Amino acid sequence: MVRSIMIVGVGGQGTLLASRILGSVLQSSGLQVKVSEVHGMSQRGGSVVTYIKYGDEVYSPVIEKGQADIIVSFELLEAARWLSYLKEGGELITNTQKISPMPVITGAAAYPENIEDKIRAAGVKLTAVDALSAAEKAGSVKAVNVVLMGVLSRLHDGFSQEQWEKAVEECVPPKAAEINRKAFELGRELV
Amino acid sequence: MSKLMLGNEAVARGLYEAGVSVVSSYPGTPSTEITEFASKYPSDKLYCEWAPNEKVACETAIGASIAGARSFCAMKHVGLNVAADPLFTASYTGVNGGMVIAVADDPGMHSSQNEQDSRHYAIGAKVPCLEPSDSQECKDFTLTAYDISEKFDTPVILRLTTRVSHSQSAVSEDEPISYSLKPYEKNIAKYVMTPANAIKKHAAVEQRTDALTEYAESCALNAVEKHGSKIGVITSGVCYQYSKEALGDKVNYLKLGMVNPLPVELIKSFAAECETVYVIEELDDVIETHCRKLGINVVGKEKFTRLGEYFQSSIKKVILGETDSFKEFPESVPVRPPVLCAGCPHRGVFYILKKLGVTVSGDIGCYTLGSAAPLSSIDTTVCMGASVSGLHGFNKGRRGEYEGKAVAVIGDSTFIHSGVTGLINIAYNRSNSTVIILDNSITGMTGHQNNPANGKNIYGDPAAAVDLEALARAVGINSVRVTDPNDLAATEAAIREELAKDEPSVIIARRPCALLKTVKHAPPFKINADKCKNCRACMKIGCPALCWGEKHVTVDPTLCVGCGLCKQLCKFGAIEE
Ligand SMILES: Cc1ncc(C[n+]2csc(CCOP(=O)(O)OP(=O)(O)O)c2C)c(N)n1
Ligand code: SF4
Ligand code: SF4
Repeated sequence: MVRSIMIVGVGGQGTLLASRILGSVLQSSGLQVKVSEVHGMSQRGGSVVTYIKYGDEVYSPVIEKGQADIIVSFELLEAARWLSYLKEGGELITNTQKISPMPVITGAAAYPENIEDKIRAAGVKLTAVDALSAAEKAGSVKAVNVVLMGVLSRLHDGFSQEQWEKAVEECVPPKAAEINRKAFELGRELV
Repeated sequence: MSKLMLGNEAVARGLYEAGVSVVSSYPGTPSTEITEFASKYPSDKLYCEWAPNEKVACETAIGASIAGARSFCAMKHVGLNVAADPLFTASYTGVNGGMVIAVADDPGMHSSQNEQDSRHYAIGAKVPCLEPSDSQECKDFTLTAYDISEKFDTPVILRLTTRVSHSQSAVSEDEPISYSLKPYEKNIAKYVMTPANAIKKHAAVEQRTDALTEYAESCALNAVEKHGSKIGVITSGVCYQYSKEALGDKVNYLKLGMVNPLPVELIKSFAAECETVYVIEELDDVIETHCRKLGINVVGKEKFTRLGEYFQSSIKKVILGETDSFKEFPESVPVRPPVLCAGCPHRGVFYILKKLGVTVSGDIGCYTLGSAAPLSSIDTTVCMGASVSGLHGFNKGRRGEYEGKAVAVIGDSTFIHSGVTGLINIAYNRSNSTVIILDNSITGMTGHQNNPANGKNIYGDPAAAVDLEALARAVGINSVRVTDPNDLAATEAAIREELAKDEPSVIIARRPCALLKTVKHAPPFKINADKCKNCRACMKIGCPALCWGEKHVTVDPTLCVGCGLCKQLCKFGAIEE
């Protein structure tokens, strides 16, 4: 059996670090893991996605529409954008933070309203959290990624809290260890 | 113990284990991290450098190989266009120490200006080409590539694609071999490619291809996987992984790890046992064409596209007729294209260029985003360096009509890469062209590499820095000046004045990239709600930190770096520090 998780967000939000943490948790559990990232141009404030797949034998590193078990979105509009990638019965976790894309900034498009309601109305299991406030509380707005890994660690069973904490410690720079430890804890408290 | 590694990291591990001692590369997504990871190994063993461009990198690797070292260079697909000249003749000279060129293609163009298929270069240069499908193979094939290089006396291309380079999977780490430098012996017939020597070498290259084809028939890189099916799939690289996911054990596979030269008998015998044979390869029909030449009737591009990436679903759909179902968000979702960062030093220049309405010959780097709304300043982007030479041609083509109304913009790294030769042409063949060097002291687009203009080498150690002002003067440009792009008035004056001059000129817009750790940011700005008239003049610079509000514009404090650009546009003093 292969399980598929997507981490989506806006370039610059630290989705790559989050996928490293998740990859490290999975790898330490002895599963076969593949993580596919996007680097380069799309990271300049564009929509970004990371695919994480694990199981006994994983072939394709990519997740497509209708194939994800869980999507963790770092931004509300991105949750709407990637919704179609969830499989039947899949779960969506989103940060409620809104970041306007350039067409909204220039007035060429509008930021959709009531995104959360619309996602729920589509029959999707949704968990929405304010990860930005939690990150601020932990000491840095940059820690949104680790807050959301805290949330995921509560909703995704199968791995111990110690495994997660060890992965966070391994993946974040040493001088940010304390802030991130706190961010992870606050994330766990959000759900 | 195995470790999760990017394909690129695994190639670097392979270099270390293969005893490679010289790495010279020019950055380019998706190849960049190979050299970055390689530079983390001790430099006395695995020396690494960023070269000014791919041609220099490739020639450096050739020199190191002739000297007896195992050598390497990495580049993106379009980089091989720049390095093609040395490659085609290094194919004739062959190697002394093994030499491998990693070239990363970008199907789907995640970060590229075209979608070319590097396998054509392997065919054209008549060199072997290996294509791994995951990170473990990235390491293993790198090691094999050095053995092939030395055994067959040839440079070897390691072809990667974005999904292989930028996917992580488990890799086992082994001890490096102990490789000792091969002796260097002068050998004019081998290393001096005069026509008389090269003509003999060409014959040797053809023989080598025959020997490599023979090797391809039975080497472990090419593997048959039988599942008793009437359907056969011939594939390579990440397409093998997509095929396995889509089709599992329902078909037989011929997985080609060596994509040039391709085997003949192996393919014939595989096809003979199947009723239908599909060729699944992204981009061009290289394997398919080879099969057709052998008289094998395969299904290929008539069912699969030449455009973009393949994934499991498209393969499942074509071969099994199955599709996945999914739910859609009920409304259209606004796109989120990449943008210049908040506080980006390039922004001010593009704002002024748009305001002045000049034609802008563009180039490749973060600043290509100056073509996006609302700045929409750039008229052309072709390849690295083309801004400068293209502007000269544009001015010549219009017989001077646009002189004074057109500029070229080019980043510091791109200028060193291939802009300076165009500038020499402007001075030498005189056009009154104005070139703006956007000097942000880094190679930004590819993830912040040091370069010859910023005074630091790949290890972050101090290095000689190109003096851009002196260089421009040295090639014959007399009007050279520096401006701070975050000072809009000064930048506008500089551009107006240089355009008005009756001579070629260079403006260096100098301010470091806002993402550099050495750059100290001011606290976020605030909008004074009482003063803001919501005229939205500040929104014209396209800063992602400025948003529409109901009654007034707002600043996103998580994004704003306090660069002060928007403040200069507000007539009402509503933007406050
Ligand atoms: C021949 C070639 N090599 C490499 C690249 C990848 N690449 C795109 S832009 C760029 C350099 C950008 O640096 P710079 O000119 O300093 O501009 P910045 O991104 O810092 O604004 C590179 C290496 C390419 N597009 N073409
Ligand atoms: S990385 Fe630097 S140069 Fe590139 S867009 Fe951001 S601030 Fe500008
Ligand atoms: S000061 Fe203005 S232009 Fe600069 S980053 Fe902040 S909002 Fe953007």
